[in-house]
Amino acid sequence: MDKPVNNRAWFLVLPVLALVAFSAVIPLMTVVNYSVQDTFGNNQFFWNGLGWFQEVLDSDRIRAALGRQILFSAIILAIEIPLGIFVALNMPKRGFWASLCLVLMALPLLIPWNVVGTIWQVFGRVDIGLLGHTLAALGLDYNYVNDRLDAWATIIVMDVWHWTSLVALLCYAGLQSIPDAYYQAARIDQASRWAVFRFIELPKMSGVLLIAVLLRFMDSFMIYTEPFVVTGGGPGNATTFLSIDLVKTAIGQFDLGPAAAFSLIYFLVILLISWVFYTVMTAQKDAP
Amino acid sequence: MARITLDDLAHSYLPRPAGDDDFALKPMTLTWQDGGAYALLGSSGCGKSTLLNIISGLLVPSRGRVLFGDRDVTALPTAARNIAQVFQFPVVYDTMTVRQNLAFPLKNRGMPAAQIAARVAEVAAMIGMADTLDRRARGLTADAKQKISLGRGMVRQDVNAILFDEPLTVIDPHMKWELRTQLKSLHRQFGHTMIYVTHDQTEALTFADQVVVMSEGRVVQAGTPQALFDRPEHTFVGYFIGSPGMNLLDAEVRGDRATVAGAQIALPGDHGLPQGRVQIGIRPEFVTPAAGGPGGDGGGLPFRLERVEDVGHHRILRGRAGDQPLTMLLPEDRPIPAGIDRAVPATAHLHVYADDWRVAPVTGERAA
Repeated sequence: MDKPVNNRAWFLVLPVLALVAFSAVIPLMTVVNYSVQDTFGNNQFFWNGLGWFQEVLDSDRIRAALGRQILFSAIILAIEIPLGIFVALNMPKRGFWASLCLVLMALPLLIPWNVVGTIWQVFGRVDIGLLGHTLAALGLDYNYVNDRLDAWATIIVMDVWHWTSLVALLCYAGLQSIPDAYYQAARIDQASRWAVFRFIELPKMSGVLLIAVLLRFMDSFMIYTEPFVVTGGGPGNATTFLSIDLVKTAIGQFDLGPAAAFSLIYFLVILLISWVFYTVMTAQKDAP
Repeated sequence: MARITLDDLAHSYLPRPAGDDDFALKPMTLTWQDGGAYALLGSSGCGKSTLLNIISGLLVPSRGRVLFGDRDVTALPTAARNIAQVFQFPVVYDTMTVRQNLAFPLKNRGMPAAQIAARVAEVAAMIGMADTLDRRARGLTADAKQKISLGRGMVRQDVNAILFDEPLTVIDPHMKWELRTQLKSLHRQFGHTMIYVTHDQTEALTFADQVVVMSEGRVVQAGTPQALFDRPEHTFVGYFIGSPGMNLLDAEVRGDRATVAGAQIALPGDHGLPQGRVQIGIRPEFVTPAAGGPGGDGGGLPFRLERVEDVGHHRILRGRAGDQPLTMLLPEDRPIPAGIDRAVPATAHLHVYADDWRVAPVTGERAA
């Protein structure tokens, strides 16, 4: 089919272009600007080439933070995606209980990040927190302030509590869009429960699952507020994730150049991993 | 395979149906012979899909029984009934190949692999997809997907019946014709009982030996296409089947005479004195235009021509008899009489309806 080509149509893109320029490109460019310059104060800058990038890539501290970050996101995805699917599969399909479930599930999503952090910070305290106190009373040696493993466990459980709902709600929406005829056909074909999941529900959910994985990956990879409120990055550097480290560099030490280079590398890593997820998860769809 | 009997079956989607209106399916008793090709015909929302789902066991009726042969299957789940169903929209397993899709129902029933392969090859040839067996189902066109659904319905040889729920809705018109012909020949070849739900009279009449016409949850007539055409038992059958539908004119009936729009016409027998809303029905094929001229009387009804539609091999004459609409069919080779002002119905094809149901003549009814 021949479609008319009219290059003036590009003008229609201009408003969006202007908006994106102000919201993303210009702020990003100021960061790029800082990342290639050094200063001794007095607002006087001089060219530093890729020096800061070199420094960031060579930094053991940042490499360790990146390692922790990847581990954290991997654990989060490995728990939240299957758990979210499981919850969605077991939610009532319609009626009063479906509505109630939806409201209850949405509640954690409505709580601000720092409030979530505060809740769990108090909840886990051994002296006054319900969780910490109970565990201590049961004779378990639990203390997220001193113990690395306990700190990790607390932050992971907190994130699972906070965000599994998102995955579940997305999957639920995907499941709701499957016409009844598919289930009826499966019953007629005598498909097992597993086959229904594997060949009907999972393929139909793949679109929303991609969104869920990307959202959860990006969010968990950029996590800052909750661990900062609960553990402050400690004990030691045990829960110092990338963004906590970045803020330390930028605001704590006021190393603008390294922080800018750090930000850009951080951004590219997220972009790269998201692209990998996207490519892998859509590859099967396009296969003949 | 088995005979299917619906015994005093009725269904309501409400938990406690109060009146007749609460029933999506009004009480009915029907028997479908083993190996027959049946169509369930009716407009949207008349309950035909409800009836189909009851037969396939996706729905449990609120009243009555479903029998396969002599076995009561009313309470049995779908899987235990051994039926196949093809739905309105193609249902394929996206991530599987065409081959895996066709093999799926057999595999789930634990058939040996060699037998599955043979059967799949056979069905693939039937639906004309032998060369696309290894394609993934996801990327195929709607009609290819629907062919896979048809194939999955056909792949099991021992099914009690194959149910089709408006299976050709999403198919291109020229493919429709081809698939319907294919279904028909498959039916002849394998002799499965087939029940075909549609709102398209052409589909129903070309596919089925027996057509069950439904209206508002009620079976209004079950019969051969010929019987539905020649002797509609209900006004709905009259105007739903046939193109254009049957003419229905309010009339006063007394014995073997009817008075319509001030004119008297003869009826094919003595109909007594029917009560309620009395109408006479005549198919447009059996009304001939005539010119009586002023004072002259060619018999029949007064007619005022309003519009002529030329549809190729015949013309449709639309007009009014008195103040009631009347349609006639005129073969292409017959001229419209000059000064047309009468419409003459063929007496043998006249029917009398009281409150929409046909009134059989007391005497002199010819054998159908």
